[in-house]
Amino acid sequence: MKQQQFIEQQRPLWDSFRQLADELDKPPRRRAAVELERLPELYRRLCADYALARHRHYSTGLVDELHDLVQRGHRLLYQRKSFWLWRMVAFLWSGFPNTLRRHQRAFWLATFLFYGPALAMGLACYLDPDFIYTILDPFEVASMEFMYDPANPLPGRSEDRASATDFSMFGYYIWNNIGIGFRTFASGMLAGVGTVLLLLFNGVVIGGVAGHLTQLGFSATFWTFVAGHSAFELTAICISGAAGLLLGKAIIAPGRRTRGEALKWAALEAVTLVLGAALLLLGAAFIEAFWSSNGAVAPAVKYAVSAAMWTALILYLGLAGRGRDAA
Amino acid sequence: MLQLDTVHTFETPEGVDLGLRVAGPVPRALAFVLDTLIRYAVLFVLSMILLPLAELGIGAFLILLFLMEWFYPVLFEVTRGATPGKKAMGLTVVHDNGTPIGWPASLIRNLLRVVDFFPLFYGIGLLSMLINRRFQRLGDLAAGTLVVYTEAARRTDVTIEAEARALPVPLAVEEQRALLDFAERSTTLAPGRVEELAEIITDEHGPAAVQTVLGYARWLERGR
Repeated sequence: MKQQQFIEQQRPLWDSFRQLADELDKPPRRRAAVELERLPELYRRLCADYALARHRHYSTGLVDELHDLVQRGHRLLYQRKSFWLWRMVAFLWSGFPNTLRRHQRAFWLATFLFYGPALAMGLACYLDPDFIYTILDPFEVASMEFMYDPANPLPGRSEDRASATDFSMFGYYIWNNIGIGFRTFASGMLAGVGTVLLLLFNGVVIGGVAGHLTQLGFSATFWTFVAGHSAFELTAICISGAAGLLLGKAIIAPGRRTRGEALKWAALEAVTLVLGAALLLLGAAFIEAFWSSNGAVAPAVKYAVSAAMWTALILYLGLAGRGRDAA
Repeated sequence: MLQLDTVHTFETPEGVDLGLRVAGPVPRALAFVLDTLIRYAVLFVLSMILLPLAELGIGAFLILLFLMEWFYPVLFEVTRGATPGKKAMGLTVVHDNGTPIGWPASLIRNLLRVVDFFPLFYGIGLLSMLINRRFQRLGDLAAGTLVVYTEAARRTDVTIEAEARALPVPLAVEEQRALLDFAERSTTLAPGRVEELAEIITDEHGPAAVQTVLGYARWLERGR
């Protein structure tokens, strides 16, 4: 068949496809009534025309025009959209905890890399008052001591943040802490090395500070302050670490897939963990800003609330969505 | 097959091949600069409005700073296909199978931006793009995404203004196609160049040569 005949015969089909695609590209509110169910049929016939045009070596202009139409159709037909609220609920109820349990080994490894050095450094700083200076400079130590000095009317706030309100601290915790979570994950891309280093580093600093302040006798202010948000914050850092370790493993030991495929698969699993961790950190920021900083609450109440949160979090991560794991 | 251009082809479920023109480091760097300027401008305006509102404003500003830092590209990529900077450079982000980018892939490629940025100004990202055949930085590799040129609407109805003329010799399909392409492009080339090209295959000269070759093309296109 000559090209011109082909064009004359098929152009109505291409035009009606183009019309439909134009409508579908508009936002739903400004869209005229369309026969959505015609899309697959029109698209498949278009694909056939495109293949024919190429096979018969019609002109480049025609082939390009059909190619672009097919590409639009491909994007329209294979896009994924679903109701965001439902996806959010499904993510929280089963997606996140199930994914975490699927990658328990990475989680426990990250937990060990974080708490191991934290305990060791905490013990060392508790026994030797000067040991903290091996990791922090005197200025940082002084600022830390000021923050949790029982004489400080606003525990947990450094001197220059004395005027900060709970809400501004909330913003600060979101910006700083969730950023740390994201970086812990992302640095897993450096064959896991970055994640391991960040976990070790954070463990050493947090453990060291805790040990040092306990040895100074600031327990009442320090532990009551951190008890509230500890469950969410520390667990979330370990989960971000687990996500980073998954990336690292895909690069170092991809198993039966190619490195590229292993990485894509691991990243998809890991991003679920990171999002879950980010939500936990958001919760932690809220608690830290509005509850932990509240000095009027009796220490016993704070410890009780902390215990309740740890229990709830462990139950949630351990049990939520069990039996719903299709993967 | 050795490829000179940067078209990445993939097969759709319908069994046809589609091509995507992947974008290299330079347009992407320019897009990044544009996006950075936009981001700083927005943050600057926000800081003028929010920071005078004392502590409440500082808290809100820090939250917005966090969102702009991590989610500015994600939001635009998922809803519009590309950030304003990329749009301006004519780029779109798609999955490596050509479908529009979704939340998970966009989150992955933008969270991993930190690593690509390391150690200085996209050092690792640039290295990865140059090693990779499809110009993917590490975030793109992990997310399975490509940054491609948004195709402008191409051609279509070019009518060949010449009297159809039978071919003096049979031509192979590739050769026939070359003639058709010549006819289509003859409107966008300089007249002198068109004549020069036409003279290659005919004994005639000047506009007459062009008319002859266009005649062959018309004959191929629609017969007589």
